[in-house]
Amino acid sequence: MAEQFSLTIAGSRKRLLKDKLAEYGIKMGGGVVLMTLLLIFFYLLYVVYPVFESAKVESKAQYSQSFAGKTYALAMEEQNEIAYRYSDLGINFFNTMDPSVALMQYALPQQAASFGLSGPTSSAVVFGLNDGHAIVAAADFDITYPNDVRLITPQIEFPFGQQPIEIDSQGQTLKNIAIEVEGENAAIVAVTADNRGVLLRYVAEENFMTEELEWSSERIELPSMPMDIDQVLLTPNFRFIFMRSGNKLSIYDIRDTDDISIVEVLDINEHQQNVTHVALLTGASSLLVGNDNGVVSQWFEVAKDGERKFTKIRQFDAKSSVTDITIEYSRKGFMTVGADNSLSIFHTTGETTLLHQDLKMGSLQHVAISPRANAFMVESEQGIGFYKLTNEHPEVTWSALWQEVWYEGYPEPDYVWQSTSASDDFEAKLSLVPITFGTIKAAFYAMLFAVPIAVAGAIYTAYFMNSGLRKVIKPTVEIMEALPTVILGFLAGLWLAPFVEMHLPGVMMIAVLLPFSAVLVAAIWHFLPQSFVNRVPEGAHVIILLPVLLLVGYLSVLASPLVEDLVFDGDARAYINDIFGFDQRNSLIVGIAMGFAVIPTIFSIAEDAIFSVPKHLTQGSLALGATSWQTLVKVVLLTASPGIFSAVMMGLGRAVGETMIVLMATGNTPVMDFNIFSGMRTLAANIAVEMPESEVGSSHYRVLFLAAFVLFVLTFIFNTIAEFVRQRLREKYSAI
Amino acid sequence: MKNWFRSGSPWIWMTGGAVSISLIAVLGLLMLIAWRGLTYFWPSAIHEFNVQLEDGSSRTIIGEIYDREVVPIQRLLEAGVKIDPTLETVERILVKTGNREYVDLDFSWLLGPAITEQSTPAAVAVFERFNNGNFYGYPVAIEEDGVKKTLTSAAQLDALIDRAVALNDKAQDLQKGDISSVNYELERIRLKLRSYELKDELTSEIEAKYSKISAGLRAEYQIDEAQLFSYRDQANRDAVIVKDMRGEEVRIPLSNVLDVTYPNDMSIVSKIGHWFGNMGSFITSDPREANTEGGVFPAIFGTIFMVMLMAVIVTPLGVVAAIYLHEYAPKNGLTKMIRIAVINLAGVPSIVYGVFGLGFFVYMLGGSIDELFYPESSPSPVFGSPGVLWSALTLAILTLPVVIVSTEEGLSRIPTSLRQGSLALGATKFETLWRIIVPMASPAIMTGLILAVARAAGEVAPLMLVGVVKLAPTLPVDMNFPYIHVERKFMHLGFHIYDVGFQSPNVEAARPLVYATSFLLVTVIIGLNLTAIGVRNHLREKFKNLEL
Repeated sequence: MAEQFSLTIAGSRKRLLKDKLAEYGIKMGGGVVLMTLLLIFFYLLYVVYPVFESAKVESKAQYSQSFAGKTYALAMEEQNEIAYRYSDLGINFFNTMDPSVALMQYALPQQAASFGLSGPTSSAVVFGLNDGHAIVAAADFDITYPNDVRLITPQIEFPFGQQPIEIDSQGQTLKNIAIEVEGENAAIVAVTADNRGVLLRYVAEENFMTEELEWSSERIELPSMPMDIDQVLLTPNFRFIFMRSGNKLSIYDIRDTDDISIVEVLDINEHQQNVTHVALLTGASSLLVGNDNGVVSQWFEVAKDGERKFTKIRQFDAKSSVTDITIEYSRKGFMTVGADNSLSIFHTTGETTLLHQDLKMGSLQHVAISPRANAFMVESEQGIGFYKLTNEHPEVTWSALWQEVWYEGYPEPDYVWQSTSASDDFEAKLSLVPITFGTIKAAFYAMLFAVPIAVAGAIYTAYFMNSGLRKVIKPTVEIMEALPTVILGFLAGLWLAPFVEMHLPGVMMIAVLLPFSAVLVAAIWHFLPQSFVNRVPEGAHVIILLPVLLLVGYLSVLASPLVEDLVFDGDARAYINDIFGFDQRNSLIVGIAMGFAVIPTIFSIAEDAIFSVPKHLTQGSLALGATSWQTLVKVVLLTASPGIFSAVMMGLGRAVGETMIVLMATGNTPVMDFNIFSGMRTLAANIAVEMPESEVGSSHYRVLFLAAFVLFVLTFIFNTIAEFVRQRLREKYSAI
Repeated sequence: MKNWFRSGSPWIWMTGGAVSISLIAVLGLLMLIAWRGLTYFWPSAIHEFNVQLEDGSSRTIIGEIYDREVVPIQRLLEAGVKIDPTLETVERILVKTGNREYVDLDFSWLLGPAITEQSTPAAVAVFERFNNGNFYGYPVAIEEDGVKKTLTSAAQLDALIDRAVALNDKAQDLQKGDISSVNYELERIRLKLRSYELKDELTSEIEAKYSKISAGLRAEYQIDEAQLFSYRDQANRDAVIVKDMRGEEVRIPLSNVLDVTYPNDMSIVSKIGHWFGNMGSFITSDPREANTEGGVFPAIFGTIFMVMLMAVIVTPLGVVAAIYLHEYAPKNGLTKMIRIAVINLAGVPSIVYGVFGLGFFVYMLGGSIDELFYPESSPSPVFGSPGVLWSALTLAILTLPVVIVSTEEGLSRIPTSLRQGSLALGATKFETLWRIIVPMASPAIMTGLILAVARAAGEVAPLMLVGVVKLAPTLPVDMNFPYIHVERKFMHLGFHIYDVGFQSPNVEAARPLVYATSFLLVTVIIGLNLTAIGVRNHLREKFKNLEL
């Protein structure tokens, strides 16, 4: 169009320029706004995406460095600057940038015969010597900031003194040894060359003067020792000793040092395979068993028939004989090295293989993971290598989110949402199933309450009511949509919930009696003299019913204690609690409160749809002799049904995403049952409760974003269907 | 009968019943909130009960009747209450006894049969206090400047209370005014020095200059502080001796007393006067006692400020987007899809916007702003933590669809003939828009804006993530440069309801206040909505005439 104008108003170039500029401005502005709305979708996706990434390994450096002595284990400090190595000669620290520079060394007084490493929360290690003695050491790091530059200085501490401590009074070589130090408790268990087991149980007491720990110990000989022991493990909670001899695992219960016995002997190998290595997972509830076909199985104690027994839970495939298992410090993940020179990374809760890769370093012997799980080092026949590891969210997988998971300590696989706990070695339970279920449950009960009332109300208002009354009633119901949900939630939680609890039988009676009383009034009306009936204006049913329903409601509440006495033995709450379980803030309350929030949405759209059914359709039907009810059912509702459907979809969308009502009117417990008298936790309420406390970038944070994304997509789908149907209907109406 | 059912008449009645239920629900809800909210301010009578205890002894209880209920006897017997089992039901009265520091619970349930005597003595006084809630009792004496005198008239006590209140006010003004601005200035100097330090430009000259300024400020602070303490000491001078329901005389320092009333001795006129007075102070005063007492002024202020900020952001964006969609975008399938998407966004749960706001605005945008412009205040965040700006932005996005849809509707109601007329007269498209279309659509824009504001004022879930707090120490607007602090956290009426109703230690005591707050919020929102409906109807009428 602009070209045509340029002929007539060519003189005012400024105006045309302004016009063009405005056009670009508005187009850009409009574009930006629409992009912003798109941004929500992509931003949520952007935050969620890393959760589903698999682990990535990047080689940092490789050195053909070789060390003296036989390596027992490797370790790294938190900043990945310093690595250290435990060998039969002692401990040596070196820089990860240049391993040839020895930072510090500790040489054992004599060559060690065995070695034991405590769990990840403590850095204590024990060297078993040839004369029945042992040395306990712990690597520690001192971080200082001279000139604002971080300087990490390695140190070695000796919690039980630098002098070797006597383990075996007979002075035999200690063939296997294990240690655990946790606060004021410690234990060392050793197997001697003549196959005797010795347990040293330490308890510390803090000296008031020096604030140092003073240890006192008790030495116990283990009974009925198995033969040919390959490995000894001790749990950090000082409950069990595991002794592996070949494929057999003997489990000692050491909680009571006066009564130590073998509680279980298990065959832990896979069918026709041999066990190569066992290790304890962080938190010490789980045992990992490596086989020579590459299968790593996870075992933990499961309560069954009143007994707790170690049970095989799940297995992972490392594809070749497992030579070493290294566990992560604070998560339920672990790494294995296989005979095919490969490294594998697994996570137990997520039940995933995150990585299986040949590092091209020849035969791998040992692997050590950094405490922050962002780097690891390996020692192979070719030297040592350092790697950067990107593995932020191993515990979140599709199966962990949406399928049953057998969590540590649970009797069976289950859907559980429990994102945080006080303890550090806690297994995060991030199943979205219970909260999605809660969302559906809340929406279901809300719709159960809202749809009949809203649709019936819409039918009446649009079809039977006279226009004067309609002009008043429609906005009155619609104003409810504007009520802040926080107020509905507050009333539901603090007024309705106690009220319903007090008058439970009355509320049940109301639900049954209200429709009945409407029919009753109709019957009475039927028998009233025609002359009187005719005088009442059409569509006044509402006004007549208003006092009747109020009265019925009031009487029901009044009669509530009587019914309670007659039917529920005087206490309805206890009666129901015995049968189903009863929470004060339950689904019934949410159903009613959220129903009220949804009624205006459904009512308004459905009423519009019914009202705009072309009048000649109804008139035609009436002219052919149909009653007005027949016309309604056979013509009007049929025509308007897509509109009513779209109204219900809109209502559902609102019910699914409602936050404050659910937050305030339920106990927010993520339970999974459909009982109307129990609560639930929904996706939206879960976000509102947990988001402010979740750490930015953590798995928990991202899973909450995923919950938001699921909500977004769900409601978007509901609304799009509804809107699409509505637009189609509008076109249809205009065509008729 | 069969014919009657076939005629559909009962079903018609049932659909009518559905409308009635909806009406009862709406009106009942509004009336419940209004009644409970408004009675909160009414000076209710103070009752004195004589109660027969289970062990035969009797006790006096003084307090307001809070709630009554009828309970089945069975429930009480199960709970271990000794009561005549021949009764069917029993009336229970919940009495607010106040005097929180002297009794275990400031609420007690009294069973109807146990009450032997009930009266409303005129001499009972209610002391509204800064701490520990109300105190009920008989004032017997006053202690003026350490001298104990028997109380002769109510005016005597009133005069002393007025004096103490005035001193308290002065102390508070000083604390909120001068002392807080001195602290604010000192903090700014610290940050300035730190920023010089980070830029490696800190010279001894600058340091000397600032240390001189801060020394001056500290001196000022010393003076203010001395003044503050002197006000407090003066306010502490007097006390009142009150006989409480245990019959013991309790000394209440007047510095802790806000007001004293004798509700049983009031005429209806003075009760109405007090009712209005209470309402006024509810709106204008600060909350006390972890928000369970006092007013809601900071919450009102925070809500209005945030909503205004949001309106400033959302109006231009929404209007431009609507104009683009309606006037400039090509009329094709894509535009239609965009339009559906925009409508749908109005139905996306508000918590999703909150999550987006927290991640994108607070952490990403705010974090970057802090890194670029506020390195000196690290590690404490400035914009990188929830605040009123981020709340306004989040709610602006949330309400954008409302404004777009409403504005577009307004644009589509303007007859095409008007556009064509303007263009035919030689106006450019922009001129047509600016001079004809937008002014004519302005009521629709207004409607959209009002609806957006009403929605934003009632929204709580996203705000819980992006900026609302239960108690903000400072308002987002104050007398310290730059006067408007959009990075601050704020209080909000809706969140206030949630917080006080569900997270306060004494929910029972706080409940009436929550009703009052709810009533306030509902009034504002319904008022806004009615205005929007009015504007819309007016607009429709106007264009009906135009089309003829």
